[in-house]
Amino acid sequence: MSQPVNQNAKLVVKNLNFYYGNFHALKNINLDILEGKVTAFIGPSGCGKSTLLRTFNRMYDLYPKLRAEGEIILNGKNILNAGIDLNMLRAKVGMVFQKPTPFPMSIYDNIAFGVNLYETLPKSEMDDRVEWALQKAALWNEVKDKLKQSGLGLSGGQQQRLCIARAVSVKPEILLLDEPTSALDPISTAHVEELVHELKRDYTIAIVTHNMQQAARVSDFTAYMYLGELIEVGETDSIFTTPKQKATEDYITGKFG
Amino acid sequence: MNRYARRRFINVLSIGLSIAAMLFGLVWLMWILFTLFKNGFGGLTLSLFTETTPAPGSKGGLSNAIIGSIQMAAVGTAIGTPIGILAGTYLAEFGQRGWLAPATRFINDIQLAAPSIVIGLFIYELYVTRTNHFSGIAGSLALALLVIPVVVRTTENMLKLVPNSMREAAYALGAPQWKMTLFITLRSAQAGVLTGILLAVARIAGETAPLLFTALNNQFYSNMNQPMANLPVVIFQFAMAPYEDWHTLAWAGSLLIGLFVLGLNVVARILVRPSSQH
Repeated sequence: MSQPVNQNAKLVVKNLNFYYGNFHALKNINLDILEGKVTAFIGPSGCGKSTLLRTFNRMYDLYPKLRAEGEIILNGKNILNAGIDLNMLRAKVGMVFQKPTPFPMSIYDNIAFGVNLYETLPKSEMDDRVEWALQKAALWNEVKDKLKQSGLGLSGGQQQRLCIARAVSVKPEILLLDEPTSALDPISTAHVEELVHELKRDYTIAIVTHNMQQAARVSDFTAYMYLGELIEVGETDSIFTTPKQKATEDYITGKFG
Repeated sequence: MNRYARRRFINVLSIGLSIAAMLFGLVWLMWILFTLFKNGFGGLTLSLFTETTPAPGSKGGLSNAIIGSIQMAAVGTAIGTPIGILAGTYLAEFGQRGWLAPATRFINDIQLAAPSIVIGLFIYELYVTRTNHFSGIAGSLALALLVIPVVVRTTENMLKLVPNSMREAAYALGAPQWKMTLFITLRSAQAGVLTGILLAVARIAGETAPLLFTALNNQFYSNMNQPMANLPVVIFQFAMAPYEDWHTLAWAGSLLIGLFVLGLNVVARILVRPSSQH
């Protein structure tokens, strides 16, 4: 579980345990998410990779009976502390979900909704911000002439990029992607993967994926999880070519999973 | 193959029974509509909408009853809708923890099933006996009490249909709960909530019992603080009387209510359709 120490850790996970009621879903996770890098989480269904991602922005707080123990340090503060302002945390840690979730409003307003939560911009600056976010998500050229149309009218791949634009528009520090392409066709998937490459210049990215090739393509670091434990984490190249753990190798080579 | 044949037979049988059941229900509806048209269509004259309810033997229309019904339904809906939407929103979005929401839901279900005559008596006791006279206000209050549970129920159900992923997406941006509710979930459920309001209006349009003890009736135009004419009570009164021309007016009034309720239901149908696509 050692990582290059000379790099800058954006998010430090220490002795993290997570429970769904009595079920122990994450077992003593220790992990650094490095700044400006893409970290991929792989593992079979139910291994806890999405659960882990959802602790990074405290999404689990919405539901009763879920609790996390341990520490997740962001900018020197433990975000699991009870006193943390969840809205401000989620402003810093954006998230994109498995299924595209455009809001029932225009494409423009989908972006403006998030921006308006934190900033009061005059119309012209808001226009610029909307364009900037849609550019970042490589969607601008497709939608620039129909910004007033409903976001629900876009194709699945476009909707997902709209959601990425929405997450980017509030200028988070970390972007969490929870299987962002599993509901998309191959072409849209390729679009989103290119996007991840672009976005990592400005953001720290954590991505959960079922698709190992995707992890290999987009990530700098890969973490393999199984039954709530972090089995192995390291540079993606070495995880896929010379994994240290037998379990990782079995999963990657398809003997299991 | 034998098994396949049996499956086909059961399939045909089930479809046949379903269609038969559907026809059975439809026959009565068509019969009612047919009767309404047969007896009421002749009464649909201009004077029906311009003249007030007549004394026996003289000519007249239903204009005061139509206007009274519209006024009371409008005020009842105006009072009941905001309360209903707010309560329904609370149940769906804010009441996940604690005892208040389950208790409210239970009481609302009772109110939804309560005989409307009980609601009428309640307002009679609460308002009419204190003001010492029947009034349009009392009628509106009784109708509002009928609107509330319908709107609460549909609002909650429509909000529950909004997928949780939509809520998570809003929270993931850091939106506070009230903004999420107002701009995301209520907006998603807009058409459904509106449909609930229309159905509530359709329900109170034909209610007679709650108005008997509250608005009563009036032969003339009246303001909200006086006894007020309304279609259902006029129909009740005119249909029971032995005068032929009153019967004609009662049928015409019944046809009006029938068409109004039918129209509201059709509009509600059309409203729900586009939202079912996403």
